[in-house]
Amino acid sequence: MQANAPSSSRPSPSNRVQSAAFLGLKPCAVSAENLVELRDVEFRYDERPVLTGINMAIGRGKVVAIMGLSGSGKTTILRLIGGQLSSNKGSIGVDGQLIHALSHRELYALRRRMGMLFQFGALFTDYSVFDNVAFPLREHTRLPEPLIRDLVLMKLNAVGLRGAADLKPEALSGGMARRVALARAIALDPMLIMYDEPFTGLDPISTGVIANLIRRLNDALGATSIIVTHDVEESFKIVDYVYFVSAGVIVAEGTPASLRASNEPFVHQFVHGDTDGPVPFHYPAPAYARDLGLEHHA
Amino acid sequence: MIAALDRGLRQVGHIVIDAIWKLGAASRFSWLVLARSSESVRRPQLTLNEIFFTGALSLIIIIVSGLFVGLVLGLQGYETLKRYGSAEALGTLVALALVRELGPVVSALLFASRAGSAITAKIGIMKATEQLSAMEMMAVDPFARVLSPIFWGGVISMPLLAAIFSALGVFGGYLIGVVIIGVDSGAFWSQMQANVDLREDILNGIIKSAVFGVAVTLIALFEGYDAPPTAEGVSYAVTRTVVTSALAVLALDFVLTSFMFTGV
Repeated sequence: MQANAPSSSRPSPSNRVQSAAFLGLKPCAVSAENLVELRDVEFRYDERPVLTGINMAIGRGKVVAIMGLSGSGKTTILRLIGGQLSSNKGSIGVDGQLIHALSHRELYALRRRMGMLFQFGALFTDYSVFDNVAFPLREHTRLPEPLIRDLVLMKLNAVGLRGAADLKPEALSGGMARRVALARAIALDPMLIMYDEPFTGLDPISTGVIANLIRRLNDALGATSIIVTHDVEESFKIVDYVYFVSAGVIVAEGTPASLRASNEPFVHQFVHGDTDGPVPFHYPAPAYARDLGLEHHA
Repeated sequence: MIAALDRGLRQVGHIVIDAIWKLGAASRFSWLVLARSSESVRRPQLTLNEIFFTGALSLIIIIVSGLFVGLVLGLQGYETLKRYGSAEALGTLVALALVRELGPVVSALLFASRAGSAITAKIGIMKATEQLSAMEMMAVDPFARVLSPIFWGGVISMPLLAAIFSALGVFGGYLIGVVIIGVDSGAFWSQMQANVDLREDILNGIIKSAVFGVAVTLIALFEGYDAPPTAEGVSYAVTRTVVTSALAVLALDFVLTSFMFTGV
């Protein structure tokens, strides 16, 4: 585990709450030491339940992983926190504000302080790497162009891609595209950074680079990070706390060390990559013998 | 028998409900595009870029088609008018046909296939690759930043393109009628000047093309936004844009013509 002690330069929780009030945002009864809180959150897609009874508390300055199988509802949690989807039940608080109670304008004001890294980067294909990173700065600030240039180069330098500023996104490898997207996500120095499957489809070196960056940037920016992933090895090295989601409910949570030692069958299977366990190898099917037509002959 | 009937009825019901649902979604989408237009006005550069993307890049096809339609009109018009001994009315025929009908309608059909399809593909791919989602999460409203400027770009481009189409068409008619066949040049232009009314003909033509611009651009934007995020989804959406736009333009043209030119 790398250094995750709060740095001295990080704003205190009370300062954060005051700054929210200063920005004219609605405060709510969410505890001050947690940046993100989900209480009894339920989400249905059409009539199909995706998430039920989700409770999470994500402390300021922490790097937290949400793990689970594909299709278990992990990404939905990120979209709920970002206000791109709204829950059917329960409440989601971010920095003292209830997401579902915010107006369009207030939600956008809150999003200015969030960064999100999409699974494949979601870079603007018409823009160069430089313009991609400059995009949030140009949209939200009135900084003069030379200053924007310096800021963009600093952000790109932080992810090691200052030299790629003039490239177009199609000229980047998967890992590089994700690093550019990361530079773009941190362009406005967000308080919360969300990562949707940051390791998927990357080679081991790129995976290590991204994992390292997530932790370093989180601590350098005094931010809080949420990583949605199914990569146990990489994420356990950098996160402070883990939630396991299966079929829309949280089945286990704890620090990486406690989960590694856990005997809970699902956690054990997931962490150790066993092929069979509570998550069966076989998709539900009729009896094998009947499918092969053997039962008739028997 | 009853089961088959039941199934058939259910299918019809599904189709009707889906269509109503889609119409509702399209209306809400159109409203959002219009309601978030302030950015397009506040930052004219965004709209100008889209006028270039949809308008200027459609110029070649509009110019070439306009010229050829004018050439054909000149030939056919002369052949017909000659039978009645009124070949001098060629200028009027060419100009009225172009300004009232062919200019707005044909340029809208070309616009739908050139710019409409490009808009649908662009928005569909931006959505499929989560670029619009990423923009939302960067606190930039995609409706205000991307969709509205494209809409206004299309609405402004369309009348300009129709005007260019008509102008080139008239020039084509002149080339065939006057330069090649030898209709009197003075008669060609003076009859046209006398019989084409600024309000009745030209203004109505401009209104038509603006309405077509609204319809085609909204259809193209909505189909792109509504496309399933797959290669197949986007390709079907592009096809739907061209087909739906063409039908919408022809239907709207009939409605507008019946209001504008009755009794003239």
